[in-house]
Amino acid sequence: MPEIVVLSGKGGAGKTSVTAAFAAMSRNAVLCDLDVDAPDLHILLAPRNSRREPFVAGHLAAIDPARCDGCGECAARCRYGAVSAADRDRFVINPAHCEGCKVCVVLCPRQAILFTPRTCGVSAVSDTRFGPFVHARLDPGAENSGRLVALLRQKAKALAKEQGRDLILADGAPGIACPVVSSITGASLAVLVTEPTPSGSHDLGRVATLCDHFKLPTAVLLNKADLNADEAARIEDACRDAGRPIVGRLPYSPDVTAAMAARQTLPEYGGPLAEALAEAWANVLNLAAAPKPQRNPF
Amino acid sequence: MVITRAGKKGLRLAIASGKGGTGKTTVTAALASIWSQALCRPVLAVDCDVEEPNLHLFLRPVIRRAETAKLEVPMVAEAALCADCGACRELCQFGAVTVMAGKPLVFPEMCHGCGGCLAVCPTGALVAGSRELGRIEEGATETAGYLAGRLRIGEAQSPPLIRAVLARLARIAEPAADVLIDAPPGVSCPAVTTVSGADAVLLVAEPTPFGIHDFELAVEAFTPLGKPMAVAINRSGPGTPELLALCRGHNLPVLAEIANDRVVAETYARGGLLHEAGAHYRAACFALARSLAELPQTAREAAHA
Repeated sequence: MPEIVVLSGKGGAGKTSVTAAFAAMSRNAVLCDLDVDAPDLHILLAPRNSRREPFVAGHLAAIDPARCDGCGECAARCRYGAVSAADRDRFVINPAHCEGCKVCVVLCPRQAILFTPRTCGVSAVSDTRFGPFVHARLDPGAENSGRLVALLRQKAKALAKEQGRDLILADGAPGIACPVVSSITGASLAVLVTEPTPSGSHDLGRVATLCDHFKLPTAVLLNKADLNADEAARIEDACRDAGRPIVGRLPYSPDVTAAMAARQTLPEYGGPLAEALAEAWANVLNLAAAPKPQRNPF
Repeated sequence: MVITRAGKKGLRLAIASGKGGTGKTTVTAALASIWSQALCRPVLAVDCDVEEPNLHLFLRPVIRRAETAKLEVPMVAEAALCADCGACRELCQFGAVTVMAGKPLVFPEMCHGCGGCLAVCPTGALVAGSRELGRIEEGATETAGYLAGRLRIGEAQSPPLIRAVLARLARIAEPAADVLIDAPPGVSCPAVTTVSGADAVLLVAEPTPFGIHDFELAVEAFTPLGKPMAVAINRSGPGTPELLALCRGHNLPVLAEIANDRVVAETYARGGLLHEAGAHYRAACFALARSLAELPQTAREAAHA
């Protein structure tokens, strides 16, 4: 089953607006928001009838003050700076910095450290006007975003199988680390949304290299394409050299924000962006059906 | 130009946002460029958005020193030494080490560098090795010092590199210098790790539905850290009153409001700086720098009011 993930490297390039537009044009897809850290897709998809589930992953260490004799072994061993002295003969663990590595638990000579499963957020399966939607929210400051992304992808696959859906369409996270790596391993196509700015071009290079590293075919959608014609031409040249198809070009337009404010996807809002996105979506579907091998120019 | 303020400790400010692309780097780069002129204080710009570091694209620093940042991970010294006790496997919470057929097996890319397996291995079958996290670069522009982390592509964990950048910052920053830290987007561990290393926070927010939603997440994530916090509104537009009301509700001062102006977008797209987009923007940047310098004081007074 094709699994399309929309990424951008740089935040704010238009990933979520593009994903929502694709979602509106999809026919039989399971939709997914893998940007679990700052999810926004639900704002346009208006999920209802959500079946929620707590996301429990990893553990949290906590010192039992009754048993702590203040030896400080935990503080000396913790590499995350999570342990500090509460007073002369007692230590405490700051949950915001605890990595859940268990080192203090195992090495405490008094067995004074508790290690309890940690709830890191909540995942949900919902209905939307465009089909089923798998989404989540990581608690602020929480760890394990990669595990949560993996969990959402499993849920999306199971749901697609159960309901006979033929596509998974996911909004990815910005950046190139844990949640992004977790969202691309084994996917079929990454649509990289970029903009012709120094940051957009630089970050596209990094996320494209990451996708190449995992042998994931990529295609590029150039957003705000008319902001800087020279930079846009450089991006197009680099993509051509890499055999990275450009699936579409969108002009810089206030329609994106206006549609968002109206809680509409761009195809619902209409106008020139909707037309350009329809063409892009047709290109994406063709590529997802028959991805081509690529080489890396960056 | 060396400016010192006898006995004064510099401000360490994180520039953060929930949503990506709200203008963190735009604001950080502009502030770094005008800071010492506006305040007569030395400044160091730090890029902690290590996954996609962009500050250098706008500040164009001269790099004087670069080093590879590494994480200590276990490696198998001698498989024959393994006593097959399983202590490493039982300890590791990240699936980075196991024992198969009486021999230790390490998956270094899974390791979080806690050092636990090395501490519990009774025979010395495991010893300390390393994994490359990325690069740390140091240098300067004409107006500011510069320090940045750059995550190796393929490296999944950014907080260890962010911690290494902050550790380097602690070693090199002049105590009196102000520090402007460009934080990663979002509100999970990379952003919180960065903001924890600062003593005040500027949230750059955009008044769109996505921007307002993620702004609230950021306020929720960073408020418990107990640091003075203020807001700069970027791409101000029809949603601004809603955002202003939220800031009032959270008792957050709004120190700047930047218009949603195609000229600013085009300046940025050329690699230009915000204060170069026009006299009005230049004045706004100077005013923002001056209010930020007062932020810890303002927050103290507000807390006592």
